[in-house]
Amino acid sequence: MTRSAAILLVLVAAYAVVPLFSDAYLLRLGTFASLYAVLALSWNIVGGFAGYPSFATAAFFGFGAYTSGVLQAGGLPLGVSVPAAALASFVLASALGAVLLRLRGHYFAIASLSLVEVFRELVNNATDLTGGGMGLNIPLSGSSGVLQDATFFFYAMWAVLLATALMATFVGASKLGFGLVCIRQNETAATMVGLDTTLYKTIAFGLSACFVGASGGIYAAWVHYIDPSDVFDILYSVKPIVMALIGGLGSSLGVAIGAFVYLALEEIVWRNYIQIHSGLLGLLIVVMLLFLPHGLMSFRGRLLRRIGRHG
Amino acid sequence: MAELLRLDAVSRRFSGLKALDEVTLDVRRGEVLGLIGPNGAGKTTLVNVVTGVTPATSGTVTLQGRDITRLKTFRLARLGLARTFQIVQPFAELSVLDNVTAAILFSQAGATVKSAREAAMADLAFVGLDRQAAQPAATLTLAMRKRLELAKALAMKPRLLFLDEVNAGLNSAEVERATDLIRRLADSGITIVMIEHLMKVVLNVCTRILVLHNGRLIADGAPREVIAHPAVVQAYLGHKYAQQAGLDGRA
Repeated sequence: MTRSAAILLVLVAAYAVVPLFSDAYLLRLGTFASLYAVLALSWNIVGGFAGYPSFATAAFFGFGAYTSGVLQAGGLPLGVSVPAAALASFVLASALGAVLLRLRGHYFAIASLSLVEVFRELVNNATDLTGGGMGLNIPLSGSSGVLQDATFFFYAMWAVLLATALMATFVGASKLGFGLVCIRQNETAATMVGLDTTLYKTIAFGLSACFVGASGGIYAAWVHYIDPSDVFDILYSVKPIVMALIGGLGSSLGVAIGAFVYLALEEIVWRNYIQIHSGLLGLLIVVMLLFLPHGLMSFRGRLLRRIGRHG
Repeated sequence: MAELLRLDAVSRRFSGLKALDEVTLDVRRGEVLGLIGPNGAGKTTLVNVVTGVTPATSGTVTLQGRDITRLKTFRLARLGLARTFQIVQPFAELSVLDNVTAAILFSQAGATVKSAREAAMADLAFVGLDRQAAQPAATLTLAMRKRLELAKALAMKPRLLFLDEVNAGLNSAEVERATDLIRRLADSGITIVMIEHLMKVVLNVCTRILVLHNGRLIADGAPREVIAHPAVVQAYLGHKYAQQAGLDGRA
């Protein structure tokens, strides 16, 4: 395991102590931080490692939310419906990926974006199953008190984050991760040395959807009510990309830190400049990307170079 | 010599253009086959057809009796077909070592990242790039990148190696070094098909020459015979070259 992978896992593990010191507000924020990190780490598998700019995150977030929501409304417990949502997301994404990943660059980006719209319309129209535009009520599954409830969902989302971080670490150190990086660098050369690029990209797309689906499933249970425009919100596709860019493409540690930094920015700006918060946040992001094109991870590179020069 | 690869009436069309027109040829084990012809003759298309990059429109390709016409590129690579590209194709941001690691990892069954990385050094040493192992591939000079292409191809333990203009863009000292490398590859038992414009290299290294012109095979034989062939002089070499070489087809 590389050092940055070890740091990532230690950080995620340490993050589990947050509820010991927190009120309901911080727990809510902490749950969102885990959610964002899950989305960003997942996106990084296909967008960062393989270099396919996917805008499909919102599609699988919503798909997971509805899969788990419908199952819970049907009486299944959270512990069954969330893994089911993860599995369904993996299978669906792999099947769609086998087709979509034949497109490259901008074409792939647009095609993945259209998935979000298609899924939303499907859910909107499957009124009998999903409630359509009226939304879907999900039975309470946490414990009684507000704080207990918040703690429960904090840990539920944290568990998904831990699983995602383990998956990302495994991918980064494996033949799969090596192959994905080769695909990003030069897909023609990759096939020429015997790499089955279609298979690798398909697995990557499936993995990048799997835990997103799980986090959507927990989100649904957490907020008790979902509707198509909420969970198929295109911002769930865009935010992880911004987080990955802030943190540093391709590095799991950087991307996870990017997610936390993004949430902090979002929260600070929203609290202090409520009327112009999205404009200001956008400006901040542009400035960060202008001055740190390789994200926060470029600090690490600069540090190493400086040590190298003096060493 | 036993037959390794065979093309039977292979054609490749690009809409109106017949880039390859009913080409029939064989490649025998252990030979160094030169593929020459003017620009646009179909040489690279022929390599692309065999390696599955642009599949044949008609005809069959067989490798040791097995029909491989419709196989995908990555499967052919695992069967031992390796190639270098005219325009080099490195994994630019990966280290030189990891470029070769990738070639071992994905072509050899059962390889792990660790075992492939350990084995990669030997191939780098063979082409003389072991000192550059840790550098990103993008930092290499053109001559070094061409040698990296060779190391990657070599790392796949190929049965048949296609070299697409490995000497293009190199200076004479670099050409000398590359030629020496090709000869050592041939000596190690790898069958080689090379596309080459430098006749000096072709005559030095090749045991047999094929000439393509407008997608058709116009000559096939020993190097000295082929360059004296009237059709080859007419289509490719020109009378001046033939006269200088003392091999004018009209004489």
